[in-house]
Amino acid sequence: MPQAGPGVSPVEGVTYVGIDTLQEQTRLKALRRGYTFNLLVVGRSGLGKSTFVNTLFKATVARRKSGEEEPLPSTTEVKTVSSSLSEGGVRLNLTITDTPGFGDHINNENCWEPIVSYIEAQYGRYLQEEQKVDRLLHIPDTRIHCCVYFIPPTGHSLSSLDVEVLQRLDKIVNVVPVVAKADTLTLEERAAFKERIRADLSDHAIKVYPLQEYEDLDDAPENMKIRERLPFAVVGSTTWHEIHGKKLLGRRSNWGLVEVENKSHNDFAYMRDMLIRTHMQDLIGSTAERHYENFRRARLSTKTTSKVNIVNGQDTDHMEDLNESKI
Amino acid sequence: MAAVAVERPPSPSSSHASGIGDGTSREGSIPSSTSARSVSSPVFTSLSPDLHLGDWYIDQIDEKIRTLKLSGHVGFDSLPDQLVAKSTQNGFTFNILCIGETGMGKSTLMDTLFNTSFESNPAPHTLPAVKLKSHTYELQESNVRLKLTIVDTVGYGDQINKGDSFTAIVDYIDKQFDDYLQEELKIKRSLSAYHDSRIHACLYFICPTGHGLKSIDLVCMKKLDSKVNVIPVIAKADTISKSELTKFKQRIIQEIKANGIQIYQFPTDDDTMAKVNTEMNNQIPFAVVGSTDFVRVGNKMLRARQYPWGTVQVENESHCDFTKLREMLIRTNMEDMREVTHQRHYELYRKKILETMGFSDVGQDNQPVSFQQTFEQKRVEHREELQRKEDEMRQTFVLRVKEKETELKEVEKELYTKYDTLKREHAEEKKRYEDLKKRLDEEKAEFQKRKHQVATQQLTSHTLTLGKTKKK
Repeated sequence: MPQAGPGVSPVEGVTYVGIDTLQEQTRLKALRRGYTFNLLVVGRSGLGKSTFVNTLFKATVARRKSGEEEPLPSTTEVKTVSSSLSEGGVRLNLTITDTPGFGDHINNENCWEPIVSYIEAQYGRYLQEEQKVDRLLHIPDTRIHCCVYFIPPTGHSLSSLDVEVLQRLDKIVNVVPVVAKADTLTLEERAAFKERIRADLSDHAIKVYPLQEYEDLDDAPENMKIRERLPFAVVGSTTWHEIHGKKLLGRRSNWGLVEVENKSHNDFAYMRDMLIRTHMQDLIGSTAERHYENFRRARLSTKTTSKVNIVNGQDTDHMEDLNESKI
Repeated sequence: MAAVAVERPPSPSSSHASGIGDGTSREGSIPSSTSARSVSSPVFTSLSPDLHLGDWYIDQIDEKIRTLKLSGHVGFDSLPDQLVAKSTQNGFTFNILCIGETGMGKSTLMDTLFNTSFESNPAPHTLPAVKLKSHTYELQESNVRLKLTIVDTVGYGDQINKGDSFTAIVDYIDKQFDDYLQEELKIKRSLSAYHDSRIHACLYFICPTGHGLKSIDLVCMKKLDSKVNVIPVIAKADTISKSELTKFKQRIIQEIKANGIQIYQFPTDDDTMAKVNTEMNNQIPFAVVGSTDFVRVGNKMLRARQYPWGTVQVENESHCDFTKLREMLIRTNMEDMREVTHQRHYELYRKKILETMGFSDVGQDNQPVSFQQTFEQKRVEHREELQRKEDEMRQTFVLRVKEKETELKEVEKELYTKYDTLKREHAEEKKRYEDLKKRLDEEKAEFQKRKHQVATQQLTSHTLTLGKTKKK
């Protein structure tokens, strides 16, 4: 029953107006448009990044390094693979960006720079398209929506390289830290490791997704639970095994089978739920609203130097200035 | 449900050998015709050098997008639900503009459409110019919040000379676009929190004369059709009979087509809605009746207008097209109207404004020019212009000052000479008076002497006389 807001008298009659069909209309529109999601995986080689991504999306979205390795690139490279997935009528254009060569050298100084400039290049390209006079209606979105950072399962704490990179990345992109190959740690070791990592993250003021300061009140309890579980300790696998007639994804070894989707074995299911089933829209939205806007603001303020205009003593950063002068 | 699976084996890609500093490698460089490329990405032009992005531009994105099949349930089919939840949280905005002569029933129709009483006072007929009044209301139904803004034209069609009627309307619409553009161009902007006041739908109320459109209707709709979604409705449709109505509608459509007016067509590209929308498109303009009164019909209270000869029920499809209008406007195409406003009308406006201000995507040598460059150029030019004007003003000011000085000096000189002559005259007068005074003094002194002489002489003569008389 529609109620009117301030300044208007309350409802009369019981007929249904139909405003709540807006939800359905939005849904239809979203289905037609399709979605784009860009994921960046960062971590040393051999941590199972490509396997993890393939497990996450249940398709070979990332190229796994086969037996014949190419020579290790001497600087960090940035490689992207795009795929189109479809489920339940929803189209998803997924782009996985990989960073081979990261952290694999003896001297790893500045190995994060290609990554940082890649991320900023995507923002820059979006900005450029947005500012054109004759621009496309749907600007193709290549901005990185989420960066999954793989932490090697040493069991100690974050290494200095990890700290350096995370400090730089968390300001420009949504970062989700993940403990790779978690089946090498026992549950107690995992818990202790996570504690230490969380302490390290707060010591160095690294803000990982979900960000506390920007969340709505409704999402707060859910996000608290996610934050308590960070970083996710995951195991990835694309091989199916048959146990008691059920087909399961997992890693089999002599002493047992680590099930990927089993919540008591590892955090993969939580990670997947957060990334895909509950927070994907938020990841896309917060990249566009926060990180991109930060970038845009910084980029536009450096280009237009804010000198004080002598004539009328105002800052001429604003476009209105030109509007006035036009007349 | 799952898309076609095509997977190309990885070829020993030659781009790996191109070495260090290469931004991307393209996966699989075989242009195979068997691949099912479901989505083709646009090709980007290279970024302009002033963005300082070094080597990390991707100068072509004709990446081969592979379509993959999922081997299990991933879960991103909940994405639209996530989006819906987010939008519901934020709330929706919708702005309607009602154009029509006074007394057409615009406010009543709004009340009927949204089933509330918006409490607007009926407008007088004596306004000298068309004015626009906007009111914002917050409506809520189940958990969906809608911020509805209704803009009314007051005084439309009341003047003797109606030539200027639409300028106020066009200016208002342009101003809303302009506000949005300003917000979009700001450095520190917050587009999600910005209250979008651009007009999403314009209901144009046609007088139910039964003959056709008036010329002011044609002129006004023509001016607005590229700025806003125009939906013509026939107001007070209960004054027209059914047969007249069909003829009237045909006439209106004919006239609209003949004048090339682009009224809003309901979208027919989506399969779910296509059939309904095409049907509705054929019934434009809708003949509507609005009512704020409830009349008992049977055992229900319905919105209706009661006449001595019968009752016109608003929600009865055979009586008028109100339900169709409500269905199309609110329940089916609200979102589409917002999208068309943003993507077509607003973009057109933006392009026009930027072009008139001199921005373009292509510079003088046909090089792609970024917004920033043009902006910087304009700013520099503007500064120079201002500087020049300032210098000019300063010069004229100095000249004037000089002139004034010389004038004043001359006046001063004159004053001095006057003063001198006056002083001289004054001195002469003084001398004359002094002379006179001296003479007067001299005369006075002589007079005194004579007086004294005469006095003494009288005494002596007097004694003489006395002596004479005694001797006898």
